[in-house]
Parts: sequence; structure tokens; C-alpha cells
Amino acid sequence: MRVAVAVFPGVNCEHDVVYALRALGAEAQLVWHRETDLSDFDGVILPGGFAHGDYLRTGAIARLSPVMAEVERMAKQGAPVLGICNGWQMLCEAGLLPGAHIANRDLTFICRFVEVEVVDARSCLTAAARPGQRLSIPLNSYQGAWVDPTRSGRVVLRYVEDPNGSQERAAAVTNERGNVVGVMPHPERAMEDVLGSSDGQTLIEGFLASLVPA
Amino acid sequence: MRVTVTINRRPEIADPEGATVMRALHELGYTEAATVRMDRVIHMEVDGDDADEVRSRVEEMCRQLLANPVLEDFEVEVAP
Repeated sequence: MRVAVAVFPGVNCEHDVVYALRALGAEAQLVWHRETDLSDFDGVILPGGFAHGDYLRTGAIARLSPVMAEVERMAKQGAPVLGICNGWQMLCEAGLLPGAHIANRDLTFICRFVEVEVVDARSCLTAAARPGQRLSIPLNSYQGAWVDPTRSGRVVLRYVEDPNGSQERAAAVTNERGNVVGVMPHPERAMEDVLGSSDGQTLIEGFLASLVPA
Repeated sequence: MRVTVTINRRPEIADPEGATVMRALHELGYTEAATVRMDRVIHMEVDGDDADEVRSRVEEMCRQLLANPVLEDFEVEVAP
């Protein structure tokens, strides 16, 4: 099972994601955003950071990168596609997930552990979790509030207490099929107790369990 | 041709920055400021002779990149 971790200029969580995937036994490889062929991979993760400096809007420039055509192809074929933080913003800008992101309600950059509750296990992020399960995962974002006037996104993780004004207290949202997920907190930063929580393992395990050979 | 694009956040979408600026204006005594929205303005120089054609191209740019249709509306003004 091979997972591609896409690297855009300004992204800064790619090594954490690779570390998390390898810690759970997966084969993970960084791929540059100009890559045009991901056919060797069974899934792809768009990590967090500030791709292209967040110029114009978060994710607006990144979605024009060549690799996004491959991300779209994999999403349409049903392969697991996960966008974390800035990666979720890219998936929204690319139209692969509904909605968009705006600044946190209190205009603060939020950097702390938050508790999220699994509300739906039918997604490539929550496949190894059970509904009702609570997880402690670090949130690290400014443009973190998700809005979706169409109300077509399926919420899979919900903040126990609203930190940022996200619609429906959504911390993670999936598409109808459940193979494309955007998540605002960072599961890859909660992989070991020494980091404050190992609850992220459940989510990364769910992603790995959703992979099927290409 | 000189083109001005105004990107407006839709009224139904929250604008926490605008709300904060409005509260600050109220602090200063300008309580008549009833709504404040932090819109964005993009100034462009666009090659072309036909104003209608330039406008239609720039509107296309707005739909494709400059505005996010989920959050924003846009207005395009072509200088005569």
C-alpha cells in the first residue's frame, strides 16, 4: 500500500504526515506539486501549511498545481484522498468537497488540542473509529471555519466545543462516497502519548484501512 | 484598459473581520456605522480595445479564480 504526500511550496506538515503513515507500517512518499502521475499510489494526502503563501484565498493557487489533476482522478476513482487543514481548503477550492473556509470567528490563530467526536464512521478518515468516540487532536489554523451554504457535506468529526465558528461544529467533512475527506485538526501530530495524544492513530489507521491496491 | 474588480463576501456569509472593525468604530463613537464588510479590490491593466470583451474576459477570470463562488460575488468595472 503506497500513499503519496503532496508537497506544495509553503506546506509545512508533510514530514509529520510521512512519519505518521510509516509509523503505522504504510509506504509513504513525498511527491512535488508538479508531479503529473500518481498511478503508483493507492491514496493521497494533502498536508497542512500555507501553500503558495495562502495568497488570494487559502488553497486557491494550490488547486491549479498539476498534481491536482491526479488528485481529482483518484478522488473520482474512489481512492482515499485526505486533505488536512490547508489540504482541506485546497479540496474545497478544487470543488472536490463542498463549501469553503473563512477566518476563525474570534480572529485568532488557534493552536491547541481540541476534543472531537466521531459522528460518522463511513469515511476514509473515520473508518477505524466508532460513532460517539472522542479524540483529542491538535488544531492549528486561522482560516479554520468551514461554511457550506448548500449543506451538502457530510460531517464525520464534530468539535465537542465550538472553537472557531465552523458550520455544524464540523471538524471533518466527507463527500457522498466517503473517499474524499477534509479535516481541520492534525491527526498526524497526535501519534504518540509523548506528544500529548496518540488519538490521531485511529484516524490514520482508518485512512490506511480504506486503501485498496491501485 | 484599466479594470477594477471588487470581490464582495455574500451578505449571508459571516465576516468576523468586518464585525470587529465595526465594533472598533463604535468604540470611537461612530455608532452610525451600521454594517462594515471587508471587501477586496483588485486593480488590473488588461490588454484589449473592446470594453465589453475585456469585461467578459475579466468576469471569466473572476468565476475561475479571483472569486470563490461559495463565499463571494464580484463586480467588474472597466474604465472608459
